[in-house]
Amino acid sequence: MKRREFMGSLTALAVSPHISTTDPLVYSFTKGRPVRPGRVKLEMPPLAENGHSVAMTVRVDSPMTPSDHVRAVYLIAEKNPVRDMAVFYLGAHCPRAEVSSRLRLNGSQQVVAIAELSDGSFWSDAAFVEVREAACTDGG
Amino acid sequence: MRKYLILAALIACAAEAQNRSGLEFASEEIRRLQASDAENPGMLWVDQGAKLFAQKCASCHVSMKGVATRYPAVEDGRIVTLEAKVRHKQAFAYESDELLALTSYVAHQSRGMPMNTKISEKDVEKGKAAYYRRRGQMNLACAHCHEQNWGKHLGAETLSQGQPNGYPAYRLEWQKMGSLERRIRACMFGLHAELPPYGSDAMLELELFLVWRANGLPIETPAVRR
Amino acid sequence: MALARIDLPHEARRGELVEVRIVIQHPMETGFRRAPQGERVPRNAIHSLVCRYSGTEVFRATLSTGIAANPFLRFFLRATQSGDLDFWWLDDDEVQGAAKTHLVVSS
Repeated sequence: MKRREFMGSLTALAVSPHISTTDPLVYSFTKGRPVRPGRVKLEMPPLAENGHSVAMTVRVDSPMTPSDHVRAVYLIAEKNPVRDMAVFYLGAHCPRAEVSSRLRLNGSQQVVAIAELSDGSFWSDAAFVEVREAACTDGG
Repeated sequence: MRKYLILAALIACAAEAQNRSGLEFASEEIRRLQASDAENPGMLWVDQGAKLFAQKCASCHVSMKGVATRYPAVEDGRIVTLEAKVRHKQAFAYESDELLALTSYVAHQSRGMPMNTKISEKDVEKGKAAYYRRRGQMNLACAHCHEQNWGKHLGAETLSQGQPNGYPAYRLEWQKMGSLERRIRACMFGLHAELPPYGSDAMLELELFLVWRANGLPIETPAVRR
Repeated sequence: MALARIDLPHEARRGELVEVRIVIQHPMETGFRRAPQGERVPRNAIHSLVCRYSGTEVFRATLSTGIAANPFLRFFLRATQSGDLDFWWLDDDEVQGAAKTHLVVSS
């Protein structure tokens, strides 16, 4: 087997443990290209007091130069009724691949961040958030 | 030796009896949100209130600093809340964004200042009775959670003392700003009790008692609560 | 017109990294909530947001109902020249919103 083929097959083995590449939502923007774990860091609190507003920061290890930068970061929820949460479009002009927001989580679940780099590669990270419910129901 | 033990016990009791803001029972994330004016969503209502104030109130009123520390008040035998005062020229609907914006703005002008209402114990007799009265399907009084069991857990939550000093507050559960009256109604809902209507005597009496009880606690509007 | 609060340093040096924070007043209605009478509150969330600095796009986002109400965003840009920071957004009800601030850049 040629070295290139061998390296290619190794890459195919490095599949993301965070989410399946055949997941329709993931496929909609990766078009089947591999998603590898790494280079992305998704920071969320392990325990959230309330699912209505949970802090999130996503960072991608990238020099952010015209030839090597982050094109976009996709945020996907595991168990929300609407799983696509956001897409942040960065680009070469962006000096730092770091975005924060607050998410809405419908119960304890995993959130996945997938970064698309300028070379067309995809990288992922995930965070599991335990979401607490209110003890007394509000009713408005 | 016994004298010192009694003294220590008294000090401990005094510390225990001290008023504590809801912020002390909130998670780190909520405390962080409240501390950051750039990120606190409640500031959006304060900003809106500043604009409305300039448009509708500035022709007569100059500074609102310190005003919120004096409300609710008893004027001519009637309980008057900040909401009632704000509505004196235009009857904004209760819990409308406009009313919330204006009350948030006014309360924000007193942020950090201790609540300093001129209410006597006699004024709050009815409210106090309401606070200790069992109600609802749960058959509990406010005191059961907020006086006897604050600091303990109800489900995954830590019970607070039920202090009003952060209101109007941005409550995550509401995903927006809300008044103290809305919060009281939410508590009543949890007890499966009848909800006192906004601005009703039952509501005003309870509000007055809560504020009397909280005297000295600093105003935190716009507070963030879960 | 939705209110917004933009936070960034008033002044920066050319080439410096600038942290931009914005909170926008918007319910980001999921479409799953029920009003007191029991009827569904229809979905209405900000779905598109663009930030331009001196006319050049520096940040763009597609948002969905998974973003919390009164959406908060924090991102970075590089200070080049003094100019306006213009935010524009659009929600499911096709209502546009805008907010603007100014960045002073010294050399």
